[in-house]
Amino acid sequence: MAGSSRLDAKIPSGPLEKKWSQYRSTVPLVNPANKRRIEIIVIGTGLAGASAAASLAEMGYKVKAFCFQDSPRRAHSIAAQGGINAAKNYQNDGDSVYRLFYDTIKGGDYRAREANVHRLAEVSGNIIDQCVAQGVPFAREYGGLLSNRSFGGTQVQRTFYAAGQTGQQLLLGAYSALERQIGMGTITMYNRHEMMEVVIIDGKCRGIIARNLITGELERHFGHAVLIASGGYGNVFYLSTNAMGSNVTAAWKAHKKGAFFGNPCFTQIHPTCIPVSGDHQSKLTLMSESLRNDGRIWVPKKKDDNRAPGDIPEDERDYYLERRYPAFGNLVPRDIASRAAKERCDAGYGVGTSKLAVYLDYAAAIDRYGHAEANKNNVHNPSKEDIVKWGKAVVKEKYGNLFDMYKQITGEDPYEVPMRIYPAVHYTMGGLWVDYNLMTTVPGLYALGEANFSDHGANRLGASALMQGLADGYFVIPYTIGAYLSNEIRTPAIPTTHEAFVEAEKSVADRINTLLNVKGSTSPEMFHRRLGKIMWDKCGMARNRQGLESAIQEIRALRREFWNDVRVMGEAKEFNPELDKASRVADFLELGELMCIDALNREESCGGHFREEHQTEEGEALRDDEHFTFVSAWEYIKESDWGLHKEELVYENIKIAQRSYK
Amino acid sequence: MNLTLKVWRQKNSQSEGYFETHQLTGISPDMSFLEMFDVLNEKLVEENKEPVAFDHDCREGICGMCSMYINGRPHGPLEGVTTCQLHMRSFSDGDTIVVEPWRATAFPVIKDLVVERSSFDRIIAAGGFVSVNTGNAQDANNIPIPKDDADDAFAAAACIGCGACVAACKNASAMLFVSAKVSQLALLPQGQAERTIRAEKMVAQMDEEGFGSCTNTGACSAECPKEISLENIARLNREYLGAKLSSKSV
Ligand SMILES: Cc1cc2nc3c(=O)[nH]c(=O)nc-3n(C[C@H](O)[C@H](O)[C@H](O)COP(=O)(O)OP(=O)(O)OC[C@H]3O[C@@H](n4cnc5c(N)ncnc54)[C@H](O)[C@@H]3O)c2cc1C
Ligand code: SF4
Ligand code: FES
Repeated sequence: MAGSSRLDAKIPSGPLEKKWSQYRSTVPLVNPANKRRIEIIVIGTGLAGASAAASLAEMGYKVKAFCFQDSPRRAHSIAAQGGINAAKNYQNDGDSVYRLFYDTIKGGDYRAREANVHRLAEVSGNIIDQCVAQGVPFAREYGGLLSNRSFGGTQVQRTFYAAGQTGQQLLLGAYSALERQIGMGTITMYNRHEMMEVVIIDGKCRGIIARNLITGELERHFGHAVLIASGGYGNVFYLSTNAMGSNVTAAWKAHKKGAFFGNPCFTQIHPTCIPVSGDHQSKLTLMSESLRNDGRIWVPKKKDDNRAPGDIPEDERDYYLERRYPAFGNLVPRDIASRAAKERCDAGYGVGTSKLAVYLDYAAAIDRYGHAEANKNNVHNPSKEDIVKWGKAVVKEKYGNLFDMYKQITGEDPYEVPMRIYPAVHYTMGGLWVDYNLMTTVPGLYALGEANFSDHGANRLGASALMQGLADGYFVIPYTIGAYLSNEIRTPAIPTTHEAFVEAEKSVADRINTLLNVKGSTSPEMFHRRLGKIMWDKCGMARNRQGLESAIQEIRALRREFWNDVRVMGEAKEFNPELDKASRVADFLELGELMCIDALNREESCGGHFREEHQTEEGEALRDDEHFTFVSAWEYIKESDWGLHKEELVYENIKIAQRSYK
Repeated sequence: MNLTLKVWRQKNSQSEGYFETHQLTGISPDMSFLEMFDVLNEKLVEENKEPVAFDHDCREGICGMCSMYINGRPHGPLEGVTTCQLHMRSFSDGDTIVVEPWRATAFPVIKDLVVERSSFDRIIAAGGFVSVNTGNAQDANNIPIPKDDADDAFAAAACIGCGACVAACKNASAMLFVSAKVSQLALLPQGQAERTIRAEKMVAQMDEEGFGSCTNTGACSAECPKEISLENIARLNREYLGAKLSSKSV
C-alpha cells in the first residue's frame, strides 16, 4: 500500500462491482459452537451500534452493548430527520447502484475510497428491506408503495423517509432488534455507562474500562473484539446540531491507544439550521435538508434591507443558489449551500437582527401544492384562500414536525413568514481510520457509523449517514469481523484481573481524581464554550493558515488553563454529570488541536474543508489532486505530537473531475 | 425575567428528597427551559454548590430523555411539547416555578430530577418487536401497505418513551406507552404473526414492573408530548382480550 507501511486498507482485488460479493463469500467463518464462546463489546447503540449488536447476537456471538443515555433508544441517531438513501430505483428515474456510488464519491469531493462506497451502495437496498420487515413505518403513497424524495447533490429521488422523524423510526427498528436479543439473553446491555479506556494486551484490543454513571464505579469488561460506534465529534464546536451528550471520548481513547485518526478536519456545516439567538444558546437545531426539496432560499438584493420579507417584491429577491447553480438549484450539496449563505451574509445581505441568516421560503411551495390539490379535487377556479389552505395541508403532512419545531424555538410561524436559517456544525466525516473490514489500526478494535472516517470523503451527502450506519452494522461487520475472529477461537476469555486491565483502570481513576482535585474556578461548560468559539472562528466554514496556527496556540493555552482551573463539583463515586462533562471536554481540548493541525496540513480546499488560500475565481473550492488525493491518518505519539500516515486514494472507476453543480 | 424556582433535590435513590428555592434574575424569554437550568447550574457552580442533576440530550423533543414535572404537569404547561422544547416565553416575570422528577414506583429517582426508566426497555424486550433476523427480508415493496394504515402506525410509533404518561397518571399506569407499540405493530402486516403473543407478553411485563392499572382517565394522552392517542389503549384492550381468549396458557 502506498503511503505508509502501517496502513493497509485491505481492499479486495477484482473488479469493483464484484469485490464485495466475492469477498463476502470467501471471508472465513466462525462455527456456531465457537461463536458462543466469543465475546464482542459494542460501544454505542445508535444506528451503527444497535444494528451491529443485534446482528452479531443473532449470529450467536456473546455481545455486551454500552451507551451513556438511560436507554439505548435515545442515541443521537434518534434525532435524524430527513431520510435515508437507497438505490432501489422505485421511482424509475434512472437510479442504480452505480449512480449512488458515483454521487457519493463526487459529493465527497473525491476523497473517499471507491471500494467502500461501492459496497455501501450495493447494500443500501437491503437496508430498506430489513427496516420494512421490522415494521419501520416509512412514508407511503396511496397505492401502498414506499414514497421517496430528493436530497442535495443528487438528481434522482432515492430518499426514504418517515415524516421528519426518519432517524427515530430507523433507530426504534434497530432498538427493537437489540431489545429482542437482550430479552433472549444474547446481549447484555449497559446503559448509563461511559467507556473511558480501551485495554490492549499483546497488541490486540481485549476490552474496555467503563464508568457506571449511576454509581461512579469503574468496571472492567473483556471482549475478543471491541466495536466503537460512538457517533461523531461535532460537539467540539460547542454549538452544533448534535445532542448535548455526543462526544469524542470513546474514539479518542482508542486513538490514544494506537488507532489512527482519519481526516479529523473534515467537518460538515449544515446550511439550514435555526440561527443562534443569544449567549445562552446551548445547541443548534437543524431544519432538515429535505426542506430544500420545496423551499426556496433567498436574501434581499439590496444590502442591509430591513423590510419584512413579505414587503420585498419578487424582483428584489436574490435566489442565490438558483442563480449560481442552475442545474441543482436549492439542492446543491451542503458544503456549497453553506458557503454560499456565508458569502451572502459576509457581503452584507444577511437578514434578521443578527444579519447572520437567510430566508428559506415556502410560499411558492404552498401555492404549487395548493393548485395541485385543487386539480386533484376537480376545482377549476379555486379561491386564493383555498389554495393556501390546501397547500399548507400538504406542506404540513410532509414537514409538519419540522415547522412545529421551528415555531417552538423562534416563536414565529413558518407557514406565514419565511424561516430564517444559517449554517451550523452538523456532522463529522473524519473519524477513526478503518480498513475495508472496518478495523482500526489496532487489531480487534473496530469503528462503525459516524465514528469512523470511511465513505463520505470530504463532504457527506444528505440521508447517507443513516445508510452508512445501518450498512456498517447490519450488512458489513457481521461478515468482515469473521476475518479476525476466526483466528481468535482459541483465545479464552482473559480474566479482568490481568495487569493490563488493572493498569487501564488505574489510569482512568487517576484522571478522574485529577479532574476533581483541580478545584479551580471555571466550570467545564465555560471551557467548552471557549473551545467552541476558537474552533468555529478558525477551523469552521472557512480556514486559513494564520487562523489555524493561532488556533493551535490558543487551544494549547486553553488546555493548560483547563487542567489548572477547572471546577468539577461532586464526587467520583456518585451520579455526577459535571464530572462526565469535564472528562469529555478534556478530550475535545485535545481533538481540537489535531483538527487544526490536519486543516493546516491539507493545503487545498475540498468538500467541507475550505482553505481560503485555495479557491477558484468564483469562490469555489479548489482541490489539489496531485498532492492531496489521500486520507490523512494521524498517529498519536504524545501530547501535541502526531505522525502523519497517508493512504493514497486510487480511482480506477471514476474519473476525478472538478465538482460542478452548475 | 425574574423567577423563583423550587427544585426537588435528592442525593440518591436511598436518601430523602426536599425542595430547594432559588431566585433567578435576567432570564431571557427566548431561552429554553433547560437553558434556564443551565443558567441556574452555572450559578450554583460559581457558588461552589452542586448543580441540579437532570436528564436531557437532544434538546429538540425527540430523544425522550428530558423529564421534568413542572408546576404539577409533566413537561410543563404547553401541549404537545417536551420539557426541552418549552421556552421561557411561556412563563411570566415574577412566576414561581416548581420542578419535580417523574413520580412512579417503576421509575425510582436516581438523583434530583433524574429517574430510572429501564422498565420501559424491559417491556419492549418482552415483545415490542417483529422477530426477523438481519438478512431475511424480502423486497420492501413486496408488502404494499395502505397509506392510512402506514400513517396510523407511524403516529403510534412516534412515542419517544419519555414516561410522561406514567407521570401524569394517578395510578402510574404505562398503558399509553405499551399500547402505542402494540398498535404500531398490530396495524402493519409485518406484525401479524406475533400479534397475540406480543400483547400478552408486553402487558405481563408491564404488570411485573409495578406500573399501576389503567382506569381510563385519559391524563396520559392529554400530557403526552407526542399526543399519542387514547385509541391505542382501546386497541390494546382489544388485542389483549383477543390474546387472552386464544392464549394457550389460559
Ligand atoms: C439533527 C440531525 C439530523 C440528522 N439527519 C440525518 C438524516 O436525515 N439523514 C442522515 O442520513 N443522517 C442524518 N444525520 C446524521 C446521522 O443522524 C448520524 O450521523 C448518525 O445517526 C450517527 O449514528 P451512529 O450510530 O454512528 O452514532 P450515534 O447515533 O451518535 O450513537 C452514538 C452512541 O454511542 C454512545 N456513546 C458515545 N460515547 C460513548 C462512550 N464514551 N461510552 C459509551 N457509549 C458512548 C451513545 O450513548 C450512543 O448510543 C443527522 C444528524 C443530526 C445531528
Ligand atoms: S406515550 Fe407519550 S408520554 Fe408516554 S412515553 Fe410515549 S411519548 Fe412519552
Ligand atoms: S432532551 Fe431529548 S426530548 Fe428533551
